[in-house]
Amino acid sequence: MARAVTTQHKTIATAAAWIVALLIFFPILYTIITSFKSEQEAIQGFNLIPSGTFESYSEVQAQSGYFKFFFNSVLLSVGSTILALLVAIPAAWSMAFSPSKRTKDILMWMLSTKMMPAVAVLFPIYLIFRDTGLLDSRIGLMIMLMLINLPIVVWMLYTYFREIPGEILEAARMDGASLWNEIIYVLTPMAVPGIASTMLLNIILAWNEAFWTIRLTTTNAAPLTAFISSFSSPQGLFWAKLSAASTLAIAPILIMGWFSQKQLVRGLTFGAVK
Amino acid sequence: MGNITLKNVSKSFGSTTIIPNIDLSIEDGEFVVFVGPSGCGKSTLLRLIAGLEDTSGGIISIDGRDVTGEAPAKRKLAMVFQSYALYPHMTVAKNIAFPLKMAGEDQATIDKKVKDAARILNLTNYLERRPGQLSGGQRQRVAIGRAIVRQPSAFLFDEPLSNLDAALRGTMRLEISELHHQLKTTMVYVTHDQVEAMTMADKIVVLNAGNIEQVGSPMELYKTPKNLFVAGFIGSPKMNMIEGAPAEKYGAKTIGIRPEHVNISTTAGDWKATVGVAEHLGSDTFLHVQTDGIGTINVRADGEVAVKHGDTVYLTPDKSKLHRFGADGKALAQ
Repeated sequence: MARAVTTQHKTIATAAAWIVALLIFFPILYTIITSFKSEQEAIQGFNLIPSGTFESYSEVQAQSGYFKFFFNSVLLSVGSTILALLVAIPAAWSMAFSPSKRTKDILMWMLSTKMMPAVAVLFPIYLIFRDTGLLDSRIGLMIMLMLINLPIVVWMLYTYFREIPGEILEAARMDGASLWNEIIYVLTPMAVPGIASTMLLNIILAWNEAFWTIRLTTTNAAPLTAFISSFSSPQGLFWAKLSAASTLAIAPILIMGWFSQKQLVRGLTFGAVK
Repeated sequence: MGNITLKNVSKSFGSTTIIPNIDLSIEDGEFVVFVGPSGCGKSTLLRLIAGLEDTSGGIISIDGRDVTGEAPAKRKLAMVFQSYALYPHMTVAKNIAFPLKMAGEDQATIDKKVKDAARILNLTNYLERRPGQLSGGQRQRVAIGRAIVRQPSAFLFDEPLSNLDAALRGTMRLEISELHHQLKTTMVYVTHDQVEAMTMADKIVVLNAGNIEQVGSPMELYKTPKNLFVAGFIGSPKMNMIEGAPAEKYGAKTIGIRPEHVNISTTAGDWKATVGVAEHLGSDTFLHVQTDGIGTINVRADGEVAVKHGDTVYLTPDKSKLHRFGADGKALAQ
């Protein structure tokens, strides 16, 4: 029997959802509000109405050069995502369409590496980066970001590929397609929605990654995470500037996420319901 | 050319043997149907020929060339799948052109061959559509189109009509048979529907639990089934199997008589029976009758027979069409 949903229940549920959503969003909202305050206003205590000054933004840009960091963030997140897809598409293909007895174990092992605290490998990785001259290099960080997000990318693509009927790939094989032609002409175009949402999620993860991007860079390859962090330590009391820097760092990804939310939700729930 | 030979071919998945050991020869231009119940290994056998599954043993040859270890594309075979297996992101024209593109043909040749295939299969007006915009029958025609442009040495069909409704299945059956007459290329067709097998095949291979029970023309299988399995599987409605005293009278463990070979009378006959369900189709009458000491017998009579539920009738089997089987299930000499 279907559950009866009364209007009253709906109203309560909607109100509760809004309250929870606002609570979750509030830190971001307050950061944005604070960024439009003067430093004096910002330290005066809780206040939701800013004076509306852009003073902090102009100072942040003048002091640190936002666009250099922004450019690095774009390059690192997009670059690491492309690299991850190049590695993950063939990996997910073999796991989805040519599985062995150990495929499930390998997938679990890959995912388990995400559970390891990053700091546990900080020392060896720092030394490797130093000795190979990759410290503060964009390419080094791109590889690092690719590697840390690879398990999630492989998992997501694997889930997508499993939904593609094997007979279509067999048909391609009968039609004379080589393995690469099968991946390029048949599998990839069919998995475009899945690849797109995987790409979006990976860009967001790479954009927000702060542990390695701060520790393996100084100036040259530093992205927006390092930009925010540069405002938090020596000048910790300058809340308005820190808020402006944070707003500038999260704004691009927030806008991208807003426009692609439908794709993202589809990607994250794909395969959950047949 | 399209001679296909299987010698001692076997297939196992782990410890499960699907096909124990098969020898089979398919001649060039033949329409061969693999038929059998679900799980009998007929699709696996087709996939072994296609190269989509590796054999566990034995040799598969096409036109005298050993292709056992060769990739599917190199065997010069084309396959039509049950689910059509069309590329959903490509138009009909691109679907049909795909194997030609993979073969590296030039664009002018591709265009010509696609147009020719579309004309043969009545798809000319649908070339720019995507598979999702087509009906089931049209999709199956595209799948066939994709197969014929390659000019393969043999076509493999894996239950291609199973997803279609009954009416469309009948039409497509005729179209595939017609196509075989036009192209004169070897066709290997898998189905569990014995009506499809009987109407389309030059040669039927009846499979059961991975073994070939009998190979022969539809009429050979109908008239002289080698064993109980083939006798029961070929023919619709099924052959009546009778054991006990009536069979012993004919010196057999089991006797089989097809429903159309039982004469019915309201006055006299060998077996007295009571009509259970009577199906009056106009052209035929199907009767399910309860026969004293024998059990239920199905009878198919030409035209209209005016009997109804509960009526007493007398049945007489046509002795010349009676099949006798021994205790091992094998047919005894007539």
